[in-house]
Amino acid sequence: MHIRLIPALLLSLVLGLPVLAQDADAPIQQLLQEQSELIVQSSRRTIEPAIAAIRDSDLPEAQRVLEQWVARDMWVRKSDGIFVYATKAGSGSLTISDFATGEPVGEAPSADFDQIKPNSGIQALISSALVKFQLNSEDRATRIGALDALSRNGNASHLPVLRESIDTEKDVAIKLRKQRIERLLTIAYGETPADRIEAMEAVRGDLGVDVRAALNPILATTRRAAATLPADMNIARELKPGRDLTEAEAYDLLVSASLAPARLTDDVQRQTLQDNIADGMVGGVPVADLNTMAERNRAYENLVTAGLAQPAATSEEVAEALDTHAFFETYAEPDAEVTEAAADTLASIELKLATNQFLDLSLDALSLASIYFLAAIGLAITFGVMGVINMAHGEFIMMGAYTGYVVQQVVPNYTLSIILAIPLAFAVTFAAGVAMERLVIRWLYSRPLETLLATFGISIALQQLAKNIFGTQARPLTSPAWLDGQWQINDIVGISNIRIAIFVLALIFLGFFIFLMKKTRLGLETRAVTQNPKMAASMGINPDRVNMLTFGLGSGIAGIAGVAIGLYAKVTSELGADYIVQSFMTVVVGGVGNIWGTLLGATMIGFLQKGIEWFNPSNTLAAQTYMIIFIIIFIQFRPRGIIALRGRAAGD
Amino acid sequence: MSRPFILRNPSILIFLACLAAFTLAVTLMSEAFGADMISTSFVKTLGKTLCLCLVALAMDLVWGYCGILSLGHFAFFGLGGYMIGMWLMYARTEIIVASSMANAAIPPTDQEVVNAIGTQIFGVVGSSEFPPIWYFASSLPAQLLLVVLVPGLLALVFGWLAFRSRVTGVYLSILTQAMTLALSLYLFQNESGLRGNNGLSGLQNLPGVSASQAVVSIWFLWASALALGVGYVLCAWVVSGKFGSVIRGIRDDEARVRFLGYSVEGYKLFIFTFTAIIAAIAGALYYPQAGIINPGEVAPIASIYLAVWVAIGGRGRLYGAVIGAAVVSLVSTWFTGGQVPSINLGFYRIDWVDWWLVLLGLSFVLVTLFAPKGIGGLFDLVSGRFAPDRHGADYGPDKGSLMEEEGR
Repeated sequence: MHIRLIPALLLSLVLGLPVLAQDADAPIQQLLQEQSELIVQSSRRTIEPAIAAIRDSDLPEAQRVLEQWVARDMWVRKSDGIFVYATKAGSGSLTISDFATGEPVGEAPSADFDQIKPNSGIQALISSALVKFQLNSEDRATRIGALDALSRNGNASHLPVLRESIDTEKDVAIKLRKQRIERLLTIAYGETPADRIEAMEAVRGDLGVDVRAALNPILATTRRAAATLPADMNIARELKPGRDLTEAEAYDLLVSASLAPARLTDDVQRQTLQDNIADGMVGGVPVADLNTMAERNRAYENLVTAGLAQPAATSEEVAEALDTHAFFETYAEPDAEVTEAAADTLASIELKLATNQFLDLSLDALSLASIYFLAAIGLAITFGVMGVINMAHGEFIMMGAYTGYVVQQVVPNYTLSIILAIPLAFAVTFAAGVAMERLVIRWLYSRPLETLLATFGISIALQQLAKNIFGTQARPLTSPAWLDGQWQINDIVGISNIRIAIFVLALIFLGFFIFLMKKTRLGLETRAVTQNPKMAASMGINPDRVNMLTFGLGSGIAGIAGVAIGLYAKVTSELGADYIVQSFMTVVVGGVGNIWGTLLGATMIGFLQKGIEWFNPSNTLAAQTYMIIFIIIFIQFRPRGIIALRGRAAGD
Repeated sequence: MSRPFILRNPSILIFLACLAAFTLAVTLMSEAFGADMISTSFVKTLGKTLCLCLVALAMDLVWGYCGILSLGHFAFFGLGGYMIGMWLMYARTEIIVASSMANAAIPPTDQEVVNAIGTQIFGVVGSSEFPPIWYFASSLPAQLLLVVLVPGLLALVFGWLAFRSRVTGVYLSILTQAMTLALSLYLFQNESGLRGNNGLSGLQNLPGVSASQAVVSIWFLWASALALGVGYVLCAWVVSGKFGSVIRGIRDDEARVRFLGYSVEGYKLFIFTFTAIIAAIAGALYYPQAGIINPGEVAPIASIYLAVWVAIGGRGRLYGAVIGAAVVSLVSTWFTGGQVPSINLGFYRIDWVDWWLVLLGLSFVLVTLFAPKGIGGLFDLVSGRFAPDRHGADYGPDKGSLMEEEGR
């Protein structure tokens, strides 16, 4: 140890540095010396005056002291009790700095100093004293950081400093935030009930989660039982056994309040009986007979009469105890006016909250509906217009998504890759659709059920092919940065940008489809071929070509939908299969052969699913189950969908 | 036409003879009763295949004869399995619990035994209470009755709703598929009371039977063969005679049969429910051999595979369905079992475990396109039965009728 010290001493001597020449007369050092005893003692119980003295000293160095102290970098010199702060400069050596100037003054052996080690309790106290400095800091980010910390775990001690800092705050946004946090802290820790009630009035109708978080603890209740209703407690409501709580719960309250003896549970009874087995008998009953409750009760009663077991509360005693005692809920908050005001404020928020939640749910439902619509619009063409069941439609969606993934592997720029992927996905699935129509479907136009099966064969082949090429794990299709994040209207209502994009895409497709069908030559020919292929052919339309193009178009749109769905969900080989049944439902519920029907169908299914989820938010599986059951029943009443074609256009 | 029904359908006798010969051969080659030439697990595979043949028979009846492409019959199959599985699991757990509680100082009450069984069975889904649907689980006769009743009632209600509102063709297929999806999603939930995605397991152990698995597997093979034989005769009887003519008429042109005064809905409902019950019985025999059942078995894809088997085997002839189910499921087992040598193309190695589904899917397309009669069509070559040559004209006057190319 000494050997190590020598070089350091030598070094300081040689360099002639004023190693320990701190200014012992600086005001901050004086202050520290005044509080020296408490600081060195470092006890959670006695430290507060010392911290307060430093905090309220108005010395510019006070913040530095507190910061170094909380970081356990404050040291005290053994020889004269001067406080410094220091960082370890190597083994056994410290770089010493002066509190008064904030400048390093040299190195010294650490053996000459004692480190002040505040424990976590003291550290918390110092941190909360530091808040004052941070709130008044010149640096905007520091102020915001302090406010963030306050809104997470502010307490009563922060209130005065926060209030002080509001007046001097120049930044309007930060000032508003300070005022808001001041109100919330006042609600929780205000000095007088009147202050707190006033603060509550100020946040009426505020939808912020933090407001509810401040109000809810005030209204937290505990269930209690007593002989009579106590007058000195803030009682939320009286409870009646059998109505507000079960009799068993009520009796448990009595037992835990030591107002009644515990009831005999089956386990305790069995244990008692087991403990009293003598010569194969318990209380005069043979052990072998104890396999019914009646025999066990008889044996236990015998034990009680023999004084070997505690008498258990009988049903009559239980009923009497429940009758003669009062059960109630009490607020943790003792002041009734405060709880009343809190309940009132919360009620004012609830209604607004419910409206906004409904709005949020509607947005969710709308976005789900647009996803279903996107998935189903291609089907609306192939199934709805051409009457061809394409079970491989889901796999076209998957192919589109994988096309997007492959493009992203080649083009690293996400925005550019999405822009490239959309036409490419269309091209790939269009080609696949045309190939499938040429090779398979056109031979089966008169046998719809077999189309279903043949396309299903293609579907499993494509799915397995995708698994063989891309593997079974999910592939990411990353959305560009401008699609990340979400559009937050208030604390409740918000929707992610990607869902907005999908919604817009669905609208674009709707417009495109209507334009195509109503305004273009291809649409006209498609409708003609759908209605009467032979007549259309005799008018010079080539039905084969029209069928091929229509089918390709439906498949191509599925590919684009695949890119959109891939952005929102993970790309796997089962991506399409997850949507296929819902897509068919959408088309069938909406009414075959009508794009408005598909739109209505998608909207209905989307809203229905979200609505059911709202009733039982933990269970999306159940929501889907009930939705499908609902659809099965719905089809009973409108077998041809919401918008049913009538007359000759309806076909069979 | 007063000859006995069996004599009018010689194919029944041939089928039964083949089935008997097959069962006898397997028994004689088995580990338990014969020369120990085939392993117990293969005996189980064969037994399971017989059950699949039975459900394919049901599918052929409802699709090939009545024209209802139901994509929900595997749901009935699974339900049958669940019903028998509940008893198997309960009874077996009861034996285990009873033996572990036998050493307790005080004999357990009935309620304590039931609670312990509940904890054993439902511990995996974080519960210990018996859901109401397990009310009959302790009784074998009751559960056997439920094997028939639950899928039968489901098919009856669903079919009544669907046929009543005249949902036909592909709409009906999609609707039945939706029903299957709803059922499997429901079973996937832990709240369904059937252990969620864990399903029921340990079904291969017959409670109270000390015989080895080798013996039990042969018993199940016999039971499956018996069920298939009886089912075949029953189906053949249903489709013969006047009733059979009516349901084939419904397949070919529903509206005309209705105009002739037949209650089409009644006929369809009967066939739908009847085949659902056959499927359920097949399932009840299948899952004790498989040993485990979970909601994945009921997923819509399984029912589509069922249609694939029947289509490949040949619709509209009962032995076709049996051949299709047996061939496709056995070949599928062979390929996915990794026993088929891989093909090395130099630049790529075709591993059949990965490529089997591609092959199946494509061969299915080819069968649909080029051999609508399936494998069963080969028998027409042998018996020399050909459709009359109509020189390219349709069989009937309008769109719904078969084209000559299809009838051939």
